Amino acid sequence: MPLTPQEVEHIARLARLELTSAEQTRYREQLSAILDHVAQLQKLDTSRIPPTASVFSGDSHLRADQPRPGLTPEALLKNAPEQEKGQFKIPPVFE
Amino acid sequence: MSGVKFGLKRDTCHLTQLMPSLTSLSLTESQTLLQRGEISSRELVTACLEHVSALDGQLHAFLYVAAEQALAQAEAADKKLSELRGTGLPISQSTMPLLGIPMAIKDVLTVEGMPCTCGSKILEGYVPPFTATVVQKLQAAGVIVIGKTNTDEFAMGSSTENSAYGVTHNPWDVARVPGGSSGGSAAAVVAGLVPAALGTDTGGSVRQPASFCGVTGIKPTYGRSSRYGLVAYGSSLDCVGAFGHSAADVAAVFSAYNGRDPLDATTQDVPAANITLGTEAVSSLKGIRIGVPKEYFIAGIQPEVEGKIRAAIQKMEELGAEIRQVSLPHTEYALPVYYLIAPAEASANLARFDGVRYGPRVSGDSMWDVFYKTRGEKFGDEVTRRIMLGTYALSAGYYDAFYGQAQKVRTLIKRDFEQVFHEVDAVACPVAPTTAFKIGAHGDDPLAMYLEDVFTLPANLAGVPGLAFPVGFDAAGLPVGMQLMGRHFDEAMLFRVAHAYQQATDWHKQKPTL
Repeated sequence: MPLTPQEVEHIARLARLELTSAEQTRYREQLSAILDHVAQLQKLDTSRIPPTASVFSGDSHLRADQPRPGLTPEALLKNAPEQEKGQFKIPPVFE
Repeated sequence: MSGVKFGLKRDTCHLTQLMPSLTSLSLTESQTLLQRGEISSRELVTACLEHVSALDGQLHAFLYVAAEQALAQAEAADKKLSELRGTGLPISQSTMPLLGIPMAIKDVLTVEGMPCTCGSKILEGYVPPFTATVVQKLQAAGVIVIGKTNTDEFAMGSSTENSAYGVTHNPWDVARVPGGSSGGSAAAVVAGLVPAALGTDTGGSVRQPASFCGVTGIKPTYGRSSRYGLVAYGSSLDCVGAFGHSAADVAAVFSAYNGRDPLDATTQDVPAANITLGTEAVSSLKGIRIGVPKEYFIAGIQPEVEGKIRAAIQKMEELGAEIRQVSLPHTEYALPVYYLIAPAEASANLARFDGVRYGPRVSGDSMWDVFYKTRGEKFGDEVTRRIMLGTYALSAGYYDAFYGQAQKVRTLIKRDFEQVFHEVDAVACPVAPTTAFKIGAHGDDPLAMYLEDVFTLPANLAGVPGLAFPVGFDAAGLPVGMQLMGRHFDEAMLFRVAHAYQQATDWHKQKPTL
């Protein structure tokens, strides 16, 4: 089940990945081969089998919703590529 | 111990003469010598750091070494050691059983103040402001972290070839891979750079490098230990594991870091495991039932691997174990299930790397442009591939056929194990179909690389613990690893079986010449 160039472009857009055209071609071939391999799952009848999302799902262990000491804004901003006035700085969201 | 004494005349001895011996000590041997005051933590840490300086140019197991910090901590540890000795309480039974022991940490776990790259350019220069819970627990037990070890980018790979900072070389043959993704940690341990190290295992990333490097490595039960401070890859699969020279060493480390953590809601509410293994000559395996699953002895497996595994099973039978043939019928589907579920989870987890809060930013005209460019340029090939695969498997129109179906088949794989653990106490099989392969052997063929994981993926999908340890060498002198898998939260059984085997054999004591 080979992927089309349009599908590869669509996936890359969904995943916010800028790819060169050479990368698009390479990933199209490689992902098509991987999808061919995983397609063998289709032959199993699982109509009566429940899905497993996590081994111990349904068993959540939430802690009490109480304030506790956390990291300071300074510590959190230390790794920011750009910051201003104690906040992360980003380019415009709207044109 | 063969009665070797260290530091007889501390003031006059030359440390360089001690180093080969100090770096060949196992963790438990070091514990004993530290207890007796025959070596100091400073000597041990210095020896490890010198060994790293001498050998890591060749091996590239480390991405970061914290020499000064480690030496300062070693001096503090020596003070505490002498206080503890004064109380008469054995250090192994104190609240700091690993006091003064140097360790290395895979670079996907955070240690405050040490760079954490995850083997990726997208986290280049990132210095985390907090320490992972498992590392905090080890430090509280007295461990000295000497550095961070190499990994496939975001733990995605089976060879460390996907590290953006270069491959780690296998100490048994530097032309070969150490396995992956925790290849740096496994190589560091077998080369004697550290007595023990942490790794992580999402689809075999502790067990397979343990096998390729000839060390002992545990992947605990899912939910057994905290992932707070572990950079997430596949959240329903990720486990923190450990490497050492023997089951006894790994059990000591595992006992110190496992347990429930309020900061990780997936850690399970079970008592923390504290496993100590005796030094008795040969522990009997009488009464223990070990299953041999036929699906793990397939065509394509290297004959020497099968031979060594069968010989080890026979040895376990001689030690009193009852051997039974068992079946895990859905084993062949583990690979396709894993390569849908793990990339799907990765595509969500790696969405956070966008050039906004940490890591480098590739500039662009708009915020969206920054996302596309930063991610496109800074993620490596395998990570990009898995993000794309996962995005596709989760996208509208394909979700049910791919991700949904994979989750259902995962249920079948999990049931296989539930069934088999009614019949036996542990399952024994190879870790991988082959011994360590040559660097570059899989070229640009991702599927061929994925097939390396065929025997390790099922344990992650079922959430059961797995232990890898050496059971011999092939004709090229490369280690062969056996995998034991057990019931949920029954790591103790795996350690017990491996320990009994190691008491009766010496494969785990073999060291490469470097």
